[in-house]
Amino acid sequence: MVTPVRVVIALCLIAPFVAMLWVGSYAKTDPAFIGIPFFYWYQMLWVVIATALTVVAHQLWRRDQRARASQKGGAGE
Amino acid sequence: MKDGVNGVALGVFVFFFLLVTAMGFLAARWRKAENQHSLDEWGLGGRSFGTWVTWFLLGGDLYTAYTFVAVPAAIYAAGAAGFFAVPYTILVYPLIFTFLPRLWSVSHRHGYVTTSDFVRGRFGSKGLSLAVALTGILATMPYIALQLVGIQAVLDVMGVGGGENSNWFVKDLPLLIAFGVLAAYTYSSGLRAPALIAFVKDALIYIVIAVAIIYIPIKLGGFDDIFAKAGEKFTAAGKGGLLPAPAGHWGYATLALGSALALFMYPHSVTATLSSRSREVIRRNTTILPLYSLMLGLLALLGFMAIADGIDVANGQLAIPQLFEDMFPSWFAGVAFAAIGIGALVPAAIMSIAAANLFTRNVYKDFIKPDATAAQETRVSKIVSLLVKVGALVFVLTMDKTVAINFQLLGGIWILQTFPALVGGLFTRWFHRWALLAGWAVGMVYGTVAAYGVASPTKKHFGGSSKEIPGIGEIGYIGLTAFVLNVAVTVVLTFVLKALKAPEGVDETRADDYTADAGDPGVQVELPPATAESAH
Repeated sequence: MVTPVRVVIALCLIAPFVAMLWVGSYAKTDPAFIGIPFFYWYQMLWVVIATALTVVAHQLWRRDQRARASQKGGAGE
Repeated sequence: MKDGVNGVALGVFVFFFLLVTAMGFLAARWRKAENQHSLDEWGLGGRSFGTWVTWFLLGGDLYTAYTFVAVPAAIYAAGAAGFFAVPYTILVYPLIFTFLPRLWSVSHRHGYVTTSDFVRGRFGSKGLSLAVALTGILATMPYIALQLVGIQAVLDVMGVGGGENSNWFVKDLPLLIAFGVLAAYTYSSGLRAPALIAFVKDALIYIVIAVAIIYIPIKLGGFDDIFAKAGEKFTAAGKGGLLPAPAGHWGYATLALGSALALFMYPHSVTATLSSRSREVIRRNTTILPLYSLMLGLLALLGFMAIADGIDVANGQLAIPQLFEDMFPSWFAGVAFAAIGIGALVPAAIMSIAAANLFTRNVYKDFIKPDATAAQETRVSKIVSLLVKVGALVFVLTMDKTVAINFQLLGGIWILQTFPALVGGLFTRWFHRWALLAGWAVGMVYGTVAAYGVASPTKKHFGGSSKEIPGIGEIGYIGLTAFVLNVAVTVVLTFVLKALKAPEGVDETRADDYTADAGDPGVQVELPPATAESAH
């Protein structure tokens, strides 16, 4: 069943693919950060962003599972 | 390269090496199992590892000589193109978040120890299960070979073994000794040895990374200078650069995606996952693991630092160890070399155990000796784990060692062809088993032939892993092209076979097997030993 929460979870998990596979969007030198060209620090920044998105997806997923379990009258995940 | 042996560095290196060897033998006693002769016990550490141990094990898989030697070496040689390893590891996390918990659940319901077990149970096809097993064993060998190359680079820089000019035996002798030790303690204590050693290894690695990424840039005059010097070198050399060329975008993206899809198909990644105590541990891990990616990115930049330091080596794999030797006092260079050396040994042990498990369960028991006893199974596993290491040596001795990252990519080409059966099978039973087998065969043949045809400056065959993608005309990762071909064949043949009403095979799993967690009915957190009776 497609619910808004699940759409958000899917977006969180898909976003890193779009960002990282679209190489043309970040293959440039400027702006540099402490001397590191954009190309490099941008991808490392995405490590942090992707981690945050995965954490969000994880939390939403757990809430979704709990809600579903309580609807069914079962306990836990 | 400095002449002669670096005595202090070598002394420190040997000290840590002896330390982990002793730990390896002690590991056999750690949380000792009631029945250590069972395959579950030797090969999966009893499947009782929690978050921390699993994290170290997974980290042990991901951060290897690949991270410390191969990726920085690729950057050193080619510049930006080698940085694809960072998006690769980023893409891994959403992927494992999606499918590994399902694999954990179904495996713990049915007592599956390998991906082949699952494929056979899901599709009722021994042929497909055999294909997955053999692919896993084959693909693991070049990956272990990469670890060997990493150790060799460290020993080479320390002055152990000859340089380029000595005969092959003198040059490879230290390598053979190192692997002899590894083989011995893996043989005696199974997965427990690498799990315990992983703690030492990661502690060393964290210290070395912290020092390297702070101290070296300061000593070299900051990142501005480092990148300026690297840029000059690439311009002068006329190849590589600080940014991927527009023609290289496809190659960059396909290498990242292909590597990410491949990583969790490897038998050793699955071994680590199944060793964890619950589904939740896996999901929790995916939110911690990206920290490793950050370190990978920072270590990759060491390739530029080696250029800025003026290191000029024909074999790029030596660049980082050489940088450490130039920058650090001898004793700390020794610590750094120990980190690289042990960081290569641990994954090599885990990989060979996983490949051995695959052989025993899915080839030996299924096809050669179905009534094997638990003790016989364990003995076969131990012997195969040695043979797999020998296979890896063959790859090292025959392939171009100056592009070590290519070993891992070659393994990726092969292992990626098991993706449709494994991940496809985790989500749907729609694919037909014979279609999956045909798709696998097409992918394997195309991938191998294409890779065979790529030459490098020093070798005629298997010199690289990228080639023009038929129909698109861009240069891309062969593994991903083969994978797309594989899926296309599988889908088309599934339609055909379904129309012909070909027998689908028996599916022994049920929908709720894929979401079960520890504590649910029928889920054994710590499975009983895989004796002949309990395994099916």
